[in-house]
Amino acid sequence: MSAALIVLIGVLFASGTFLLLQRSLTRIILGVGIMANAVNVLILSIGARAGEAPIIGRDGEFTDPVPQALVLTAIVIGFGITAFLLALAWRGWTIDGNDDVEDDDEDKRVASAKPLLGGTEVPGDYQ
Amino acid sequence: MNIALALPIAAPLLGAALSMLVKQLFIQRIISFVALGISLASSIVVVAKVVTDNDILVTRLGGWPAQIAITLVADRFAALMLIVSISIMALVLIYSIGQQASDEHSTAYHPVYLVLAAGLAQAFLAGDLFNLFVAFEMMLMASYVLLTLEGTNKQIRSGVTYVVLNVVESTILLLGIGLVFAATGTVSMAELPERLAALPDGVQMGLNLLLLVAFGIKAAVFPLYFWLPDSYPSAPSSMTAVFAGLLTKVGVYTIIRTETLLFPGGQSTLLIVVAGFTMIVGVVGAISHTQMKRVLSFHIVSQIGYMILGVGLGTQAALAATVFFVLHQIPVKTSIFLVEGIIEKETGSSAFDDIDGLAKRSGLLAVFFMLPALSLAGLPPFSGFVAKLGILRAGFDNGSYVITAVAIFGSLLTLISMIKIWMGLFWGEVRPTPPAGRVGIMRHHKIMSTTSITLVGVTLAIAVLAGPLYDYSVQAAEQLLNPMQYVKAVLGS
Repeated sequence: MSAALIVLIGVLFASGTFLLLQRSLTRIILGVGIMANAVNVLILSIGARAGEAPIIGRDGEFTDPVPQALVLTAIVIGFGITAFLLALAWRGWTIDGNDDVEDDDEDKRVASAKPLLGGTEVPGDYQ
Repeated sequence: MNIALALPIAAPLLGAALSMLVKQLFIQRIISFVALGISLASSIVVVAKVVTDNDILVTRLGGWPAQIAITLVADRFAALMLIVSISIMALVLIYSIGQQASDEHSTAYHPVYLVLAAGLAQAFLAGDLFNLFVAFEMMLMASYVLLTLEGTNKQIRSGVTYVVLNVVESTILLLGIGLVFAATGTVSMAELPERLAALPDGVQMGLNLLLLVAFGIKAAVFPLYFWLPDSYPSAPSSMTAVFAGLLTKVGVYTIIRTETLLFPGGQSTLLIVVAGFTMIVGVVGAISHTQMKRVLSFHIVSQIGYMILGVGLGTQAALAATVFFVLHQIPVKTSIFLVEGIIEKETGSSAFDDIDGLAKRSGLLAVFFMLPALSLAGLPPFSGFVAKLGILRAGFDNGSYVITAVAIFGSLLTLISMIKIWMGLFWGEVRPTPPAGRVGIMRHHKIMSTTSITLVGVTLAIAVLAGPLYDYSVQAAEQLLNPMQYVKAVLGS
């Protein structure tokens, strides 16, 4: 496994994680896609070896079909999930004109409740 | 090849495909019931075979040799989970038709519901990690759609959290499976125990943790639980009931498989500590909320703690108690969410601030809330008592006094939160005032009430039949603790 691939996987994971932590759903979707690809590259680079098509009855050095099947499945699933998330983002946008992930109403209520026994004040952005 | 093992997966999938072709709701309902009926019938056959042969059932799809074929495996634990979850899926389908919610009238509902059933069945029967990953994805995709089917602002908001978190979980799971494959050259759960044991300790621990984190997110254990109380309450009650009863338990099921088959190591301090926090944090969250669905959603987390405790202790008695706990938990949790659904259907809310005096309006509803509620809290003579007693005894026998005390304390807090629901919704003067001449609640929602009562009846039956069912659990635990039996059954040598 070449060092370039290791660096690539690391960079993909890092940028994917960074994008996942954003408030905007569009960025989160990009983050999800990048992270999924980081895993795909990782599996292909450590699990698969090059060779002939693995068909029973033939001779020769076969490639291992399992990681390729795994990655292929993951790509298809990733495609479906990205489409679904985009639909969610679109729906959110048609409802309130932005695609930010909002705070939970009930969490806001609990956070803004009067503290018992004179507890500390709640941070302003929750109120 | 044993067709009974393939049918619980194949029938709902075929049904889903057919259901997508027709748009008439009536035909879709028939397809769903036929598919789930076939699925249920074959899971009964599976359980009967597992019990009478006292062996592990194995099917290699297409008749390929063990190393190539996709293998389906059913031991006692898997068979039990299969039959319980398919029956719950069928019951809740009847309930959701009675609920007349807008989501059931969507043409997407029935196909997706069937895919969820197929995914569940496949997750329990999967004989390799690859297949398990696919099963998880089927299940999750279906749950994404069901959670956001109405497309309201609230559902979109919580749907985003749920989907993104589960996508991250899938990514971690895929990463874990990829690394397991890289380290051992196989994903078959029968070949893995031997090859994993040959790896250096550090590598084993890393792979184990990676899988545990992925399954832990699914099971909602501390500190990976926060998505659950945030997203579940926004789905329609029938869907929350299915998610609450079944989806988290799949996570628990896979954690049990990982810890007994792939990385058998007896007692795990990590899991015991995690279990303690899960129990207490979940129930404290439940007490702090003032809406029934929210309280119950936090409860799911708390109860998961007890199951994880059983896995963490790792003795045969503890695992047997865990198997029984899961068996008791699925119908009880589902039934209490179904009762919540009736309240929400009748009054349009389940917040403590909006509603009072339900007991005055319908004594029957109060009774059928209290039965599963007391069972959840673990009071005798209900099934929850037997399940918790088993876990606590295993804890004492193991000398783990601290965690056992924490478990008892958590149980007490559970009772307090149930009483909080009781005081919040059932006691006091009737509010809001029902339309004039409307007497009772249950009689106006016949289908919903009948299914809820049936399920509560099932939970009572579990308490009555606790003896034989507990014996079954003990034998299931025996199989779980003897991975060689699994390996032999699958590889055939």
